[in-house]
Amino acid sequence: MKVLRLLLLCGVVLGSHAALAVEPGEMLADPGLEQRARVLSRELRCMVCQNQSIDDSAAPLAHDLRVLVRERLKAGDDDRQVLDFLVARYGEFVLLRPRFEWQTALLWLTPLIVLLVGGVAMAAASRRQRGRPAADTVLSAPEQARIADLLKSAGTEQP
Amino acid sequence: MIAEVGHYALVLALALALVQSVVPLYGVRTGDRVLMGVAEPTAFAQFGFIAVSFGALVTCYVTSDFSVATVFENSHSAMPLIYKVTSAWGNHEGSMLLWVLILSVFGALVAFFADNIPDTLKATVLAVQSWIAAAFLLFILVTSNPFMRLAEPPFEGRDLNPVLQDIGLAIHPPLLYLGYVGFSISFSFAIAALLEGRIDAAWARWVRPWVLSAWMFLTVGIAMGSYWAYYTLGWGGWWFWDPVENASLMPWLAGTALLHSALVMEKREALKVWTILLAILAFSLSLIGTFLVRSGVLSSVHAFASDPMRGIFILAILVVFIGGAFSLYAWRAPLLKQGGLFAPISREGALVLNNLFLTAACATVFVGTLYPLALEALTGEKISVGAPFFNATFGPLFVLLLLAVPFGPLLAWKRGDLLAVSQRLVGAFVAAGLGIAITFAVQGRPVLAALGVGVGLFVIAGAITDLVERTALLKAPLATFVRRAVGLPRSTWGAALAHIGLGLTLLGIIGETQWGSERIVSLKPSEHVAISSYDLSFEGTVARDGPNYHELVATFMVQHNGAFVGIMQPSKRTFATRSMTTSEAALMTRGVSQLYLSLGDLNPDGSVPIRLYYKPLVLLIWLGAVVMMLGGALSLSDRRLRVGAPRPAKAKDRDKSVMQPAE
Repeated sequence: MKVLRLLLLCGVVLGSHAALAVEPGEMLADPGLEQRARVLSRELRCMVCQNQSIDDSAAPLAHDLRVLVRERLKAGDDDRQVLDFLVARYGEFVLLRPRFEWQTALLWLTPLIVLLVGGVAMAAASRRQRGRPAADTVLSAPEQARIADLLKSAGTEQP
Repeated sequence: MIAEVGHYALVLALALALVQSVVPLYGVRTGDRVLMGVAEPTAFAQFGFIAVSFGALVTCYVTSDFSVATVFENSHSAMPLIYKVTSAWGNHEGSMLLWVLILSVFGALVAFFADNIPDTLKATVLAVQSWIAAAFLLFILVTSNPFMRLAEPPFEGRDLNPVLQDIGLAIHPPLLYLGYVGFSISFSFAIAALLEGRIDAAWARWVRPWVLSAWMFLTVGIAMGSYWAYYTLGWGGWWFWDPVENASLMPWLAGTALLHSALVMEKREALKVWTILLAILAFSLSLIGTFLVRSGVLSSVHAFASDPMRGIFILAILVVFIGGAFSLYAWRAPLLKQGGLFAPISREGALVLNNLFLTAACATVFVGTLYPLALEALTGEKISVGAPFFNATFGPLFVLLLLAVPFGPLLAWKRGDLLAVSQRLVGAFVAAGLGIAITFAVQGRPVLAALGVGVGLFVIAGAITDLVERTALLKAPLATFVRRAVGLPRSTWGAALAHIGLGLTLLGIIGETQWGSERIVSLKPSEHVAISSYDLSFEGTVARDGPNYHELVATFMVQHNGAFVGIMQPSKRTFATRSMTTSEAALMTRGVSQLYLSLGDLNPDGSVPIRLYYKPLVLLIWLGAVVMMLGGALSLSDRRLRVGAPRPAKAKDRDKSVMQPAE
C-alpha cells in the first residue's frame, strides 16, 4: 500500500501537475553544483509529503525547496550552511537524517545498545552454561511408555 | 441479498471463533477428548464461513453493486474484471476481511496437517489461533463492516484509485498477508507451549514448516511490493524506508531470526526460551504493522485522533495480545528446561550471532519508525527519520551479518574450528578478492561499491562452498558426488540457495545505487538522448483510449551501440472519474539491467520532459528474493519437515537417512 500512500499524499492530491520531481528547468548548468544539489536534496524532507525527500517529490513545496537549495549553492554556501539555513527556516523536521542531539541520542544509539546488551547477555549465558551439568535427560513415565509403544510398533513393522 | 449473506456469514464465523477459543481449552483442562476435538471442525467451518463472506464481497464488486458503500467508494462499472476483483481488498474494510480469510486458511491448514501433533497441543494451538480470529472478526463487524449498504444507491461508483489499478494489487497484498498472518501459527504454538509448560525439539519440528512458509510469502510479498513501487512511482526508487514498508520488514527480520533459532532448537534443543520469544515477537510485529498501517497513526498523532474508533480498537487488540503474550512469557518461560550445551565457536554460536544482528537490525527499524511519533507525543518536537538515517544504521549492521553468513553452515555443531572453516572458505575469499579487484579496475571509485561486490560474492561463493564440501565434488569420484548430492537433505540445498539469493540481492542493490545513471531532459520529436551505451530517439506522441482512461503515449526508438534494440512507450493516463493523472513508466530489460523511462507533462512548446534511467543489475534485487523463496520451498519439501508425511515405504530408506552425514 505504500504505493498509494506515497502518491496520494504528494503530487496527485495536492494538485501538482508535474509527474517529475526534479524538472529539467530547475537544474544548474554547473554539473558539480548540480550533483551537490541532488545529494543534499536526498537529505531534505518534502514537508507536505509523507517520508519523501524533495528529490523524489513532485509537490510544489518540494520544487520550491529544490530551487532554494540551488540558490544557496550558487550563492557559495557549503553543504553544511545550506542545511543550517533550511533548519533555521523550517526546523529540524526538514532533515531526513536527524542530527545527533540529546533527544535523538537513543535513536542513534539503538543499534549499538542492542548489540552490546545482546553480546553481554550471550557471553554471560555461555559462561553460565559451562558451569552447569548437562541437561537432565530423564524421561517422564508417559514418555517412557510412549517410547516402549513406538519400539514395539516399529518392531512389528520390520520384515 | 448477497451482501447480507456475506455479513451474516461473518457473524457466524465470529460465533464459531468464540466457541473454538474456549471449548478446546476447557477440554484440555478437564482431559476431555471430545471437547478438545471440537477445535478441528470449528476451524474448518470458520474458514468456510469466512470464505463465503469473502466470496460475497468479491461478488458485490464484480457485479458492481453500488448499494454497498465500499463498492461505491472503490469500484467503477467500466473497470476491467481483474481490477473489479482486486479492488475488493484495495481498501481498509476489504483488506481486513482478506486478513481474517488468510488467518482462517492457516487455522484450517493446522487442523488438517497436525495429525502427528499431540491432541492437547493441537487443541491449545487452534484455540489460541481462534482468539486472534475472534478479535479481528469483532473488529471488522464493529468498526469496518465491508457490507454496509447505502440508503440511496448511486448509479456509478467512484472508481478505484488509479494508482491501485495494477496487477500489483492482485499479487502484493495477498502475499504480504500470507506472510504476516502466517506468523500467527508460530505465535499460537509459542503460547500453547507456554501454557503447557513444555517444549522440546519436536515442537520446533512442528513449528518450522509454518515459520518457513510464512517467511517465504513475506519475502516475495515484500519484493513484489518493492517492484510495484519501482515501476509505478515513476522515479525508479524501490525502497523508501517508508513506515508502511518498515512495518513489513520488521516481521521479516524477526521471522528470519526465528527460522534460524528454531533450527538450533530442533537440532540441539538449545535456545528454547529465545525461540519462543522470537515467535511471539514476529507476530507482534505483524500486529504492530497492521496497527501502523490501519489506524492512521503514521500520518500524525492527530490523524489517529480524528477517527479514533478503529485505531483504539486495534490498539486494544495489540495491548491484549502482545501484552498478554509477554506477561505469559515472563511468567512461564523461566520454567522451561534448558537444552544442549555449545561452545561460542560453533554452528549454534553462529546462529546466535545471526540472531543478534537480525534483532539489532529489527530494533533499529522499529525505533527509527516510531521515534518521531514518540518524541512528538512526549515533547511536542517534530523530527523526521528517513532513508538517510536507515541507510547509515541498518546498512552497516546488515553488511556485518552478511560477512558472517558463509561461516555458519560450515561450522560444526557444539564446537567448531574457525581456522579450519576459514581454510575451507579460501575459494570464497579468492572469489570475493577477485570481484573487488576486477570491479575496482573496471568501475573505479567508489571503493565501497567494489567492497560491496566482494561481500555479495563472498556470500554466494560461501554457500556454493558448503554444497561442494558436502557433496565432495572436488575430492571424490563423480559417482560419490552424485550419491551424496542426491542424499543431501533438501533443507541443506534450500539454505544454500537462500543464502545465494541474499548475495544476489546485495549485488543488485550495489549495481542500482552505485552505477546507475540518470538523464532529466526535455525532448522535441526526433531529438536524441544518450545514456550509458544506449541512445534513445523521440518519435512523437499519440493519444489512445483505455477502458476507463485516456492516455498520451510517447514512442522512443532505442539503439544500443548503434544497433536498434526496441521501442519504449511511456505514457500519461488521465482517469476522468477521479480526475487523476498517472505516469506509466516504460521499462526495457537488458539481461538483469533495465532502462527506465517516464514522462512529465507536455511543455507549451511541444517538448516533453523525461526522466531516463539506466539501472544496472537492478533485477537482481528482486530475483534474489525469489531465489530466497525457492530456497525456502526446497527446504519445506524436506521430508523431515513434512508434517504428517507418510512413513517411508521401505525400511532401507530409513537406514539411509540415518546414515547421512550430520548437517
